[in-house]
Amino acid sequence: MTALDVLTRVSAQADTEPLIRWIWITDHVDEIVSRGLQHVYLTVVAVVIGFLIAFPAAVLASRHRWAVSPITSISGVLYTIPAFAFIFLLLPITGLSLTTVAIPLIAYTLLILFRNTLSGLDSVDPDVKEAALGMGLSRRQLLWRVEVPLATPVIVAGLRIATVSSIALITIAALIGRGGFGQFILDGLDTFFWTPLIVGVVLSVALAFLADILLLGLQRLMTPWAKAAGVRAVAT
Amino acid sequence: MNGLLEGLQWLVDPANWSGVDGVPARVWEHVQLSLISLAIATLIAVPLGLWIGHTRRGQFWTVQLANLGRSIPSLAILSIAFLLVVKLAPANHQELAFGFLPTIVALTLLGIPVILINTYVGVQQVDPDSVEAARGMGMSGGQVLWRLEVPLAMPLIMTGLRLAAVQIVATAGLAALIAGGGLGRYIVDGFALRENDRIVAGAILIAVLSLLTDAVFSLLAKATAPRLTSSGRASAPARIDVARGEVTPPT
Repeated sequence: MTALDVLTRVSAQADTEPLIRWIWITDHVDEIVSRGLQHVYLTVVAVVIGFLIAFPAAVLASRHRWAVSPITSISGVLYTIPAFAFIFLLLPITGLSLTTVAIPLIAYTLLILFRNTLSGLDSVDPDVKEAALGMGLSRRQLLWRVEVPLATPVIVAGLRIATVSSIALITIAALIGRGGFGQFILDGLDTFFWTPLIVGVVLSVALAFLADILLLGLQRLMTPWAKAAGVRAVAT
Repeated sequence: MNGLLEGLQWLVDPANWSGVDGVPARVWEHVQLSLISLAIATLIAVPLGLWIGHTRRGQFWTVQLANLGRSIPSLAILSIAFLLVVKLAPANHQELAFGFLPTIVALTLLGIPVILINTYVGVQQVDPDSVEAARGMGMSGGQVLWRLEVPLAMPLIMTGLRLAAVQIVATAGLAALIAGGGLGRYIVDGFALRENDRIVAGAILIAVLSLLTDAVFSLLAKATAPRLTSSGRASAPARIDVARGEVTPPT
């Protein structure tokens, strides 16, 4: 039997297959929950570690302009290497471990987080900084009490883009069994079965949407003064 | 680190550089898939983006589409395109699903949102005073678009094309999952055959091709950037320098 015969038979069968078999969902609740937790966990790892690297880099670059160009170049290269290729490049070194998935994901968030944090810090009015220093604030106090609060909307805008992109990107890791909801997409593709594919896509997009709303809510709570101003930020 | 060395050794082995599964053939497949998809996406998204930016109609939906595009996994777009082609192709033409078609459909869909949003923002952020002045000089809507808005939007349009191209080249690597060709074949086949050197070689080739794509489109962007005006002032607004990418979701 050739591959074409298989395909023809499968697709004939698929004609009568409903898009969603609800019974499949009720049968797979446990797996949906565990894949969901895996997805959330990987997202948090990617964005939190990415931010822990990108934030100090952006503070450094806002104080010393010479650092902007090399940091942008390096994070730009890391951003451009496809996660799919990156994962398989690491596979022989770190195996099927969490590290193999985490490194490409973290690498991907760096450029987005660095650019937004830097542009947030840069957007603080120099007169405001001058005034703060004039009132006797140290450089450290200036950063945490003036610059970071004022830059928060732009920084959070970066976190939102990084989070939403990471949630979509993580599905790729299903190829080595660590893809969260991506596993359902891959299962659906492998078995020509629409239900897991649709469940995987819908849950992944819903998770991205939810994370976006949560971050936006967090930003509004942290910066009540910035409520009305629509924030436009940069991301590559 | 041994894995990387094995991958490099695989790459320098002349045996892997000939035939239908050789590096030149796979690179060419990958480039073809990407270029065709990018061309179709551009033909759809650039005119639409210009129209939306010029008329200011449908802005809300454009931003929504861009956000949705970011949150839908590319693996999902590819899988859906494949199953749809399998389902919709006539019974006597099932081979369509094995060809370029599902991959090109998926890659085109993938490229559209980012080109659309950048083109739209590029036109939309042109200084309203300049548009006003151009109209006052008697330019028609079409002239304003072609002589003013398009040139000033060029840097952002090129950004959109660059981002779309990189994303398309990256995702074309996944085409091998749906029986397509391209450099992803080495990774998918290597994984199935447990040949680490083949996997690593494929990953290196895809990474290099992506970086090259980024570099080529950056050069193209420089070549098409608006020139300095006679007064020596850049005719493009300074904001373009920062706004290298997409706009953020609405807050």
